[in-house]
Amino acid sequence: MIDNTVVELSRWQFAATALYHFLFVPLTLGLSFLLAAMETVYVTTGRDIYRRMAHFWGKLFLINFALGVATGLTMEFQFGTNWSFYSSFVGDTFGAPLAIEGLMAFFMESTFVGLMVFGWERLTRAQHLIVTYLVALGSNLSAVWILVANGFMQDPQGAHFNPLTMRMELTSFADLIFNSDAQSKFVHTSIAGYVTAAMFVGGISAFYMLRGRHMELARRSFRMAALFGVLATAGVITLGDALGFVGGQAQPTKLAAMEALWKTEPAPMPFNVVAAPSQSARRNLWEIQVPAALSLLVTHTLDGTVPAVDELEQRAAERIRNGIPAVAALKRLAQDPADAQAMAQFRAHEKDLGYGFLVQRYAPGQDASKATPDAIERAARDTIPQVAPIFWSFRIMVGLGLLMLGYFILAVIYTLRNQVEHKRGFLRVALWSIPVPFIACEMGWLVAEIGRQPWTVYQILPTWMSASTHSVAYLAFSLTGFVVLYSIFIAIEMYLMVKAIRDGPDPDGPVDTVPPAEAAAGPGMAGAAMPFASRWEG
Amino acid sequence: METYLLLKVLWWVLLGVLLMGLAIMVGMDMGVGTILRYVGRNDAERRVALNIVGPHWDGNQVWFILGGGAIFAAWPLIYATAFSGFYVVMLLLLWTMIVRPLGFEYRSKLPSPQWRSAWDWTLFVSGFVPMLVFGAAIGNLLQGVPFHFDWNLTSRYTGSFIELLNPFAILCGALSVAMSVWMGATMVMNRAEGAIRERAGRIGSWSGIAGLLLFTLGGFWVSRMQGYHLVQGPDPGLAQTPLRQVVERASGDWLANFRAHAILWLVPAATYAGLLAGLAALRKGASHLAWWLGALAWVGVIGTVGAAMFPFMMPSSSEPAHSLTVWNSSSSRYTLAWMLGFTLVFMPLILWYTSWAFWVMRGKVSTQRIESDEHAY
Ligand code: HDD
Ligand code: HEM
Ligand code: HEM
Repeated sequence: MIDNTVVELSRWQFAATALYHFLFVPLTLGLSFLLAAMETVYVTTGRDIYRRMAHFWGKLFLINFALGVATGLTMEFQFGTNWSFYSSFVGDTFGAPLAIEGLMAFFMESTFVGLMVFGWERLTRAQHLIVTYLVALGSNLSAVWILVANGFMQDPQGAHFNPLTMRMELTSFADLIFNSDAQSKFVHTSIAGYVTAAMFVGGISAFYMLRGRHMELARRSFRMAALFGVLATAGVITLGDALGFVGGQAQPTKLAAMEALWKTEPAPMPFNVVAAPSQSARRNLWEIQVPAALSLLVTHTLDGTVPAVDELEQRAAERIRNGIPAVAALKRLAQDPADAQAMAQFRAHEKDLGYGFLVQRYAPGQDASKATPDAIERAARDTIPQVAPIFWSFRIMVGLGLLMLGYFILAVIYTLRNQVEHKRGFLRVALWSIPVPFIACEMGWLVAEIGRQPWTVYQILPTWMSASTHSVAYLAFSLTGFVVLYSIFIAIEMYLMVKAIRDGPDPDGPVDTVPPAEAAAGPGMAGAAMPFASRWEG
Repeated sequence: METYLLLKVLWWVLLGVLLMGLAIMVGMDMGVGTILRYVGRNDAERRVALNIVGPHWDGNQVWFILGGGAIFAAWPLIYATAFSGFYVVMLLLLWTMIVRPLGFEYRSKLPSPQWRSAWDWTLFVSGFVPMLVFGAAIGNLLQGVPFHFDWNLTSRYTGSFIELLNPFAILCGALSVAMSVWMGATMVMNRAEGAIRERAGRIGSWSGIAGLLLFTLGGFWVSRMQGYHLVQGPDPGLAQTPLRQVVERASGDWLANFRAHAILWLVPAATYAGLLAGLAALRKGASHLAWWLGALAWVGVIGTVGAAMFPFMMPSSSEPAHSLTVWNSSSSRYTLAWMLGFTLVFMPLILWYTSWAFWVMRGKVSTQRIESDEHAY
């Protein structure tokens, strides 16, 4: 028997710690590349201001990085501590990318970050530059592998359940890593990190410009961030669309929830811009629609349709009925692996095994073979995730994405025209928008993860079976511990971050003027290395 | 099926190698944390000690992360059963461990002495406690852990968390702390001068002696405790679950492998050789040599546990027939083969660039250098 409170608390704990981890991840992903870009300009042109930029932003990078590492550590073990059935069930497949992530990415990222910090005096410029690139590469490679792992949970490819070992065994490594869901997730998520870093650097630079401090560093940083940001935001939107396309095919229930579609309608389907979805009434209390837009957005044609909740529930009920004999056969196989009849029955129904697992929760004694029609209906309803939070998280993410695109376009225009410093209103927006991409990222994960419910591995393993068999007291203890510890952490981190920003680069040095040598060199030289950096110097 | 058998054994060896890497490298950094307040009497001295491992602690810590990932991929049942069973102590380990990155990164960001002293305490806790728990966990594996499986391999731990902190486990934990202090102390000696180096030498010698005593005591204890042996089970080369085997327990069973293959005595002998020769090297001030001999001693300690338990990995004390062994808890052949491929490619690469990083940062760390470097911890 699995205690529902334990499952709920385990979910809360995982969600809280993962969302918390992902507060630090995007900045690492993006800022590492921005640092590398700044240092590249420094190494190729030898202009000291770019070294100072790399140093200053590097300091902020490290304050963030420490918490990324600390909170990542607990994630690595949380599958085992809190999701033990899940872990033994899919370790074969899901554990592999996690281990490879360690081998290929974390070692690289973490070893070279030490040299990046301590190696300024000991490495040649070129060596140090390579080291910085390796840090950026390492952190982005880690995103590849963790998202391959997550992609497997969303759209399980490349593995097959073996009833004799009770595990999802890997059958094709290529299918696992070239899973299209994982690929588009990787691109979307890592670029989301670049957006985040661009907003961060731009916002803090705006702060300095508002105060009239460190103008030289602020202007140049702002310009780099704006250009980096406009490309990244365009990319994140394009790839978000691709992700919706790929994900919609792999996970129709998530798509129906994202768009609040309760009734399957003929093409072309209207798009709900905003709506008030009600899970209990199974409809939208009100909605504002754009005719035909959904077919266009989701299937990229006018005559495409997508199944809505009503149809998906019917399909699920059918699969549940088909999955019940699979569970029964599996139990017999556990007694006697040589039972040929049980094996034949299992093979005939195995594709719906997950649905058989799902209905156990509602069946008397959690025994699937005793499932009543009522239990089947409840389980079928269970296959539809919570619509309202998914619908709204998705809209918030997309809305913020579009706003940021507008922001970056303006930022590029202003910076190329050398007007930013005078646009005080815009600079204030830039400063106060620093949290925006962080919110968008968290919303994205909410869509992805709540939308996957009620499964940990989509259509294969239900969430309620995945948790460890702990007592409620254990969960209360660990959840409290995490909340207390992580709250202290964030307070310290924010304090140091704000302090480092207020202190600014070179707290004791006079740095606000353009060094004469550089000014004299004029736009020609700077222009060669970085065309956009030269405008204000002519 | 022979390849599968071979892969299982290879992954058992690789797991041992990972644990050794973890113990040696992470243990070294944690040892520095444990002795930080002793070897460094003032802020400047403590910063010297911290900056000695400063460029490396993060890379080293990945041994620990990779340990987790590799157990997940290669030994999913162990990952699931051990970490959920050890829940409370596991959290104790993780929570103390995750303040360490902050300790390194944030400690010297503010000048306030209270601030720094508070972080020095957290660095002590985050060095001492994880090594204690690490050793205690291995001690519990030797004693067997109360767990069993349902028909579908849901694992259930039936003990309390307090019993994980039993006397034998504490003894193993103390051994692990002593060894980590050894590694940390010898590292500090390598790269510091004057009073810091002297103090490190002193505490290093004590930890070596403690290590010898604890290892010996632990050895006697293990020779008397209830060991496990596999009476009957499916063919080792087959895919299987831990539900169909016969396991018996008897005191002295953990010596059975040594009795059957006398050559295995060389493994514990390596610990003695490492620590005894290491103590002699420390006397002469040859701290580099002493560090390497300490690493040899760790190889001996972990190798001894492995040699005693093989093929057991996590015996069950409440339902011995459900014990996890090398044969029944690995992942499939295909996964093991792929993971082996990745390990063979990346492990040499990792060793190469890690050595390069140590080489770049070679030489003595001094107070002056730290004060002139704005990036120093
Ligand atoms: C898309 C990117 C991404 C995602 C979804 C995750 N992480 Fe993460 N993780 C990173 C991207 C990242 C990173 C950018 O590489 C970090 C963040 C900050 C850092 O220092 O490295 C990191 C750090 C980090 C560390 C410390 C590594 C070190 O010492 O260098 C561990 C052990 C994990 N993560 C493990 C996980 C697990 C088990 C996750 C899944 C639940 C997870 N991360 C989600
Ligand atoms: C760091 C980015 C991530 C965020 C922000 C995130 C967010 C979430 C959220 C909000 C939930 C709770 C869903 C619910 O209970 O309704 C959840 C659950 C979960 N996620 Fe993720 N997730 C992240 C990455 C991952 C990755 C990369 C994996 C796998 C490698 C993963 C595996 C899980 C598991 C096992 C659960 C618990 C079972 C469940 O409730 O679904 N998550 N995550
Ligand atoms: C504006 C257009 C955008 C679209 C159409 C879009 C689309 C999507 C979709 C469909 C998902 C769900 C993936 C799944 O099915 O599991 C998702 C997830 C996510 N989004 Fe977006 N997104 C957009 C903008 C953004 C922005 C601006 C950010 C952050 C800066 C962002 C960050 C994320 C993250 C971190 C995830 C979770 C990881 C993942 O599932 O890949 N997105 N996005």
